[in-house]
Amino acid sequence: MGQILFYILATITLGTAFFTIFSRNPIHSAISLVVCFFSIAGHYLLLNAQFLAIVHIIVYSGAIMILMLFTIMLMNLNKEDESHKSTASKIAATIAFCLLGIVLLAGLLRTKPVVESYFQSGEDFQSIKVLGQVLLNEYMVPFEFASVLLLVAMIGAVLISKKDKQKEA
Amino acid sequence: METGLVLLLLLAPFVGFLTNIFLGKQLGKNASGYLGSLAVIVSFVVTTVFFLQVSASKQPITVHLFDWFTLDSFNVNFDILLDQLSLLWLMFVTGIGSLIHIYSISYMHDDENIHKFFSYLNLFIFFMITLVVGSNLLIMFIGWEGVGLCSYLLIGFWYKNQDYNDAAKKAFIMNRIGDLGFLVGIFIIGYVFNTLDFMTIKQAVLAGEAKANLAWIGIATLCLFIGACGKSAQIPLYTWLPDAMAGPTPVSALIHAATMVTAGIFMITRLNFLFDLTPDVQTVIAAVGVATSVLAASIGLMQNDIKKVLAYSTVSQLGLMFLALGLGAYEVAVFHVVTHAFFKACLFLGSGSVIHALHGEQDMRRMGGLKSVMTITYTTFLIATLAISGIPPFAGFFSKDEILMVAFHKDKVLWVLASIASIMTAFYMFRLLYLTFFKEFRGTEEQKHHLHESPALITLPLIVLGILSAVGGALSIPGNSWLNNFLQPVFAHKAHAEHHLDNTAYMLMGLAVVGALIGIGIAYSKYIKKGEIPAEDDQITGFANVVYQKYHVDESYMRIFVKPIYAISKFLRDYIETGLSDIVFGFGNVAEGLSLQGKKLQNGNIGFYLFAFVFGLCSIVFYLFFLR
Amino acid sequence: METILKEIGVETYLYLSALLFSIGVFGILLRRNAIIMFMSIEIMLNAVNLMLVAFSTFHQDASGQVFVFFSMAVAAAEVAVGLAILVSIFRNHGSIDIDNLKNLKG
Repeated sequence: MGQILFYILATITLGTAFFTIFSRNPIHSAISLVVCFFSIAGHYLLLNAQFLAIVHIIVYSGAIMILMLFTIMLMNLNKEDESHKSTASKIAATIAFCLLGIVLLAGLLRTKPVVESYFQSGEDFQSIKVLGQVLLNEYMVPFEFASVLLLVAMIGAVLISKKDKQKEA
Repeated sequence: METGLVLLLLLAPFVGFLTNIFLGKQLGKNASGYLGSLAVIVSFVVTTVFFLQVSASKQPITVHLFDWFTLDSFNVNFDILLDQLSLLWLMFVTGIGSLIHIYSISYMHDDENIHKFFSYLNLFIFFMITLVVGSNLLIMFIGWEGVGLCSYLLIGFWYKNQDYNDAAKKAFIMNRIGDLGFLVGIFIIGYVFNTLDFMTIKQAVLAGEAKANLAWIGIATLCLFIGACGKSAQIPLYTWLPDAMAGPTPVSALIHAATMVTAGIFMITRLNFLFDLTPDVQTVIAAVGVATSVLAASIGLMQNDIKKVLAYSTVSQLGLMFLALGLGAYEVAVFHVVTHAFFKACLFLGSGSVIHALHGEQDMRRMGGLKSVMTITYTTFLIATLAISGIPPFAGFFSKDEILMVAFHKDKVLWVLASIASIMTAFYMFRLLYLTFFKEFRGTEEQKHHLHESPALITLPLIVLGILSAVGGALSIPGNSWLNNFLQPVFAHKAHAEHHLDNTAYMLMGLAVVGALIGIGIAYSKYIKKGEIPAEDDQITGFANVVYQKYHVDESYMRIFVKPIYAISKFLRDYIETGLSDIVFGFGNVAEGLSLQGKKLQNGNIGFYLFAFVFGLCSIVFYLFFLR
Repeated sequence: METILKEIGVETYLYLSALLFSIGVFGILLRRNAIIMFMSIEIMLNAVNLMLVAFSTFHQDASGQVFVFFSMAVAAAEVAVGLAILVSIFRNHGSIDIDNLKNLKG
């Protein structure tokens, strides 16, 4: 049952990812990326990381993708007006993709004998309660730093995207 | 108290130097001269105080100024050692220095750079004092280099004349050769004794610790002697001294006759305990000394430039001093240094007075008949000439006679050669005297009208030095030598001195006087009776010309040393250096070429960058997972 | 708590994330539209996150998931700033075609 579910989800993930990068229309790309993210959230659920799955949907599918969609609409990019790359660079990109994929897969394949078999202790380590404790005890300082980072990013984004008043004048 | 006085002694000339060099222009000509003189007189007074103190107490004074540096167990302190030897030296350095400063006020009065002149003179006195009072070889070396520098500056004082600049460079380079020897000697001594302090070395030697290292000490003393050769103008490094006469006459008197050139003798006397250990080196010193003495005297016979004659005479007298050093008669050498300082300073200043009167004329063939006009100059010059010729009872007689006596007891050949040198000295000195002061004036009419006795500031030092030349011999009268007793603590061995004045001694004295009189007689018959005037330059022929041209030593040096060095330098510059620079520039060019090619990769195309990035990533992963 | 790892093993997840990562790289190389390139970067980030979660579950260690949490925070910040930059570029150049941006030329 889990196995079938995994393969269905994996297919959706890879398929939508491919569609994202191949689609002409940026809007379609964004929509399929949302689907892709949902399927990844499904993977998290399969792995019993419920909290992360929810956060993932909220952050990625909710915040990030909506942001992107807004940007696309702001720039009026929902047309298929992207000029094409040259065939040579497309071929080079394909070669690079294959090369990287092969290298990564081959590298992972070679690691297989080292991985010990999975052993489940039954200990609770990924419920929201436990995660919260870990996050706010062990990782207190990085957590605060992350909040500072987000604040800085927010201010920075506002500053950068603000129209240059001097230029207008 | 003592530290303060020592600092006053050392720093008074230095302050004079600083004031003159920075404020000299504003102070004005006279102020600059009087200030410079005052600085040296202060030093002289302090020296006198110390001198009286030490001659009463017979205890050397050491003053610790500061620790200079420490290397492991090797210490060098900046200490001042005021013992009998250094105080004696200081006495005549500062004493004669003061006189010459006073003399210069008038002599250099018309020079626009008089403040510079006095600042250099003061700096020289400062370095000379440093040289003399240092308690170890390194401080002595500071002074040694410093006086060399001042000598260079003052020889080239009239820098607008290229010949003078060349003479200055020659002096400096010759001195550098000697300095290298001195430096090597210092290193070896530092290595052998693990200290450079004179007193410590002396104690080590007296305790017999040096016996194991005699070979090293021999090399060290030989190297030190090379240093002394450079500074004191001995064969083969003597050629700079006659050329050094390019400097103003007071400089010739102060540096190149009375004080700096005796630094080599001072150094050897200071380290007498080391030289006593190496008789072979002493033999070398004696041989070089006597050879220099004869050679320089023979060149002096034929010179026509009044200062050149005196210069060769200086070299010759220095040779005699080195002879005495080589024979181990240090106190005799010191005695001759002192008397020589008196009469040679007097002679130089006298010649300066003559040159001053003749408005820069230095050729004796254009002089003559000055006796009646310049009475004071003539009188003092005569006294000094008698002194250098060795006529009793003037100062030179006693010191030269003692050298001859020591030579006679050690080696008859040396005695004969030294006697010949002193006969020649008597001849050329009287030749100088006759040509300059007797007969009638041979210069131009205009010069004749302007002939005058020099002002008081010039004649006063002359009178003082004349008196000293006359009575200086009293310092060390044979049989009852105050000087020998005074210097006794400095020497490791028992002084020669207490000559029992036997018949041999009297006979030698008589012979020396007779020899001097013969020299004078020849000069008299040639230049007074026959009234000869030395021939013009182009009429000198044969061997006389060779002697007149100083045996072509300078030309030989040019051919043997300078030209090959030029050739080697040219070769190194044209081939080796260009080759090396080609290699060095080659690296740069290759790097530049590669960068220019590599620059093309940075075309600003982000897509291309990403490709490069991905391939790089692949390579890293490939290396990490498959190659390791 | 049953997990999928018992059935398929952790290595399948590794292959999946490796493939997902490669697709992200492919997208970056293939496209010239900066927005699409941004999406590709997100895909790569998610591939890594997926691997982290898989290993976290495999080792039964919460740290991996905490790390994913931080990674999401950073990704959110990155997207905010990145999109702001894109907007500003678009405003200045009138396009976000990466090939037209050659200011990096040395």
